[in-house]
Amino acid sequence: MKTFPMGGVHPSENKLSSARAIEVLPLPEVVNIPLAQHIGAPAVAKVAKGDKVLTGQLIAEAGSFMSANIHSPISGTVTAVDLVPNGQGLRQMMITIKREGDDWAEGIDRSATLVKECNLSAQEIIARIKAAGIVGMGGATFPTHVKLSIPAGKKAECVIINGVECEPYLTSDHRTMLEHGEELVVGVTILMKAVGGEKAYIGIENNKPDAIAHLSKIVAAYKGIEVVPLKVRYPQGGEKQLIAAVTGRQVPPPPALPIDVGAVVCNASTTFAVYQAVQKGMPLIQRVVTITGKSLKEPKNLLTRMGTPVSTLIAAAGGLPENTGKVINGGPMMGRAMVNLDSPVTKGCSGITVMSEHDARRHEASQCIKCAKCVAACPMGLEPYYLSKMTQKKNWDEVEARMITSCIECGCCQSTCPAYLPLLDWIRLGKQTTMGRIRARAAAAAPRK
Amino acid sequence: MEVLLYTILTLCVLGVLAAVILYFVAQKFRVEEDPRIDEVEKMLPGANCGGCGFAGCRGMADALVKRDDISELFCPVGGSDCMKAVAAYLGKAAAEKQPEVATVRCGGTCEKRPRTNEFNGAKSCAVAASLYVGETGCAFGCLGFGDCVAACAFDAIHMNPQTGLPEVDPDKCTACGACVKACPKMVIELRKKWPKNRAVYVSCVSKDKGAVVMKACKAGCIGCGKCEKVCAFGAITIANNLAYIDPQKCKLCRKCVNECPTGAIKLVGMDPLPKEPKAPAAPKAAPAEKAAPAAKETPKATQAAAPVEKAAAAPAPKAAPAAKEPNHES
Repeated sequence: MKTFPMGGVHPSENKLSSARAIEVLPLPEVVNIPLAQHIGAPAVAKVAKGDKVLTGQLIAEAGSFMSANIHSPISGTVTAVDLVPNGQGLRQMMITIKREGDDWAEGIDRSATLVKECNLSAQEIIARIKAAGIVGMGGATFPTHVKLSIPAGKKAECVIINGVECEPYLTSDHRTMLEHGEELVVGVTILMKAVGGEKAYIGIENNKPDAIAHLSKIVAAYKGIEVVPLKVRYPQGGEKQLIAAVTGRQVPPPPALPIDVGAVVCNASTTFAVYQAVQKGMPLIQRVVTITGKSLKEPKNLLTRMGTPVSTLIAAAGGLPENTGKVINGGPMMGRAMVNLDSPVTKGCSGITVMSEHDARRHEASQCIKCAKCVAACPMGLEPYYLSKMTQKKNWDEVEARMITSCIECGCCQSTCPAYLPLLDWIRLGKQTTMGRIRARAAAAAPRK
Repeated sequence: MEVLLYTILTLCVLGVLAAVILYFVAQKFRVEEDPRIDEVEKMLPGANCGGCGFAGCRGMADALVKRDDISELFCPVGGSDCMKAVAAYLGKAAAEKQPEVATVRCGGTCEKRPRTNEFNGAKSCAVAASLYVGETGCAFGCLGFGDCVAACAFDAIHMNPQTGLPEVDPDKCTACGACVKACPKMVIELRKKWPKNRAVYVSCVSKDKGAVVMKACKAGCIGCGKCEKVCAFGAITIANNLAYIDPQKCKLCRKCVNECPTGAIKLVGMDPLPKEPKAPAAPKAAPAEKAAPAAKETPKATQAAAPVEKAAAAPAPKAAPAAKEPNHES
């Protein structure tokens, strides 16, 4: 069975909610919509305090090409456009909307009927995806229209759909594939048309045999789409790892992109959102969020409107257990611990993981014994112990030469370290600093040209 | 015995040979260097702290000797005296700066600023700042993991376990600025050093609105503007809900200290002004004050004139050169 060639770990899967059908969370009373919930420039608010908005109405426009539109997830009145603390407690510009009824903007088809035919051109498809504000919903939140705009001189040979969901606990992509398989496959044909690719692969880890069987049955009727079962291994859902696993091609280090090896990768939930945007005119205003954790009463998958407070989801799953040590936005490997549970669900939030005090606490760090387990575990072929040490010594030239910017922050090194060293904490800081230095250099070089 | 003799002889010959070769090589490849660089380096403090912007004192000495205009170079450790000596030796005009001291502008002690969570990651301010808001609700204040302490080459800054904040030893601090650079929250500022380590400064850098600050910290500046009104020297400005005392204009009159409702203005090395009788009721009396600010303020000033003058008398002569110094710079 296929998998990526280098590194990786296999943490306990803990897919507690994989058998739970998607439930629709009741409409929230108040939502907070951050203007920056994607990579790139923040969106620019189009509404002001006191404005009435409809569900699906554009409330913030993309700030640049590398940005995304934002639509109102509910109908009601804008009560504020102000700084509100996000999950990390940092203040961020958000649009606050108080709900009144449930009125939808025009042109949105909310029926469940499947629309297979798509007679739009590639440009029109990308324009609709851009208008709907779709971003990568696996967590990286890269604007999808940017990804689909193939630069001149490059050619997309294949579209790869990421149905791997290698992150422990999370099951939102899994449930989407099972319950919206038909729509998802239509979404794949739309993506193929948009990038002009002949071939599409849907990569799914073999811990989801039901999804593999279901989608295999559906794609039999389509030309050029293939379901690829993959061996369970984290971080297979990483873009570069998935391309290597499915096609055997290695994406060169930055600034090279997946398109340089002829691949465009799209997450399963994103593909479903693309179907809804192109065929039904539905902007990205809701997503499936897994609310999970061993201590939770009812782990489940909830179809949630964007901007819903995380605390509402936790309440819907039976409330916050008393022994909770950490609530994580995302899964345990790549997610971010939250300090503010009133913060909203955003486009990139695939799950909320609740950890007990016992599970959440990190072990006391000791000394590096140079066992090189982190080196063996790194899927990007880096030397985590060295990058971590050099970051602590502020040796920025050295970390840059050792390709710290290639780090995908998967956390394999830290999870495998027998000394419990906070390797990723340091590497993430080193990566941020190095990126800042590269940007500063580019800015300094620009005026001379 | 013979072996020993030959060994020693061989080594001696080799040594002499090597010395001769080295002598001629040294003559051939000798690097001409201005002897003054060595002299200037000796005059510099030799701390190699990097406060001047060079990697070490040698680099600074090199620049001092080679550049014609050295007015932009300054050694914060040696201060004006050291720069004057160097300038006299080189026959150039040196920059003159008043002595400065690192000042931690955060008053969010453990009691004043409750912990809302516990950071379990790598114990570093830079790491914590890159991840989230910190262990308290304040997004601007000190994170308390001591990156500044690690950065200090002079053992001048230490964490106080009682308050959870770093404290600067003004006698050891050389104002090299290493801690200022190390702090990811930009809490530390280099401020003018008064005699006897006196200081008045706003011990808060939060740009949040008053209500948000109050929720996170009892010692934060809420930007109410009372200090700005009471300051007779125009030293206090309010921007982004935050008061800032300009150390160049401040005369240490201490009026603002009593005025601050949250105690965010810190007073060091001096006794506070005696509180006026109505001081305890001041917050309640605020609306009345608003009604007739001019009428109230004049008598207040005259009442307080005596103690103020006494207080002002002490620092006044020392404040005089301070007032001149900006002229030197410009």
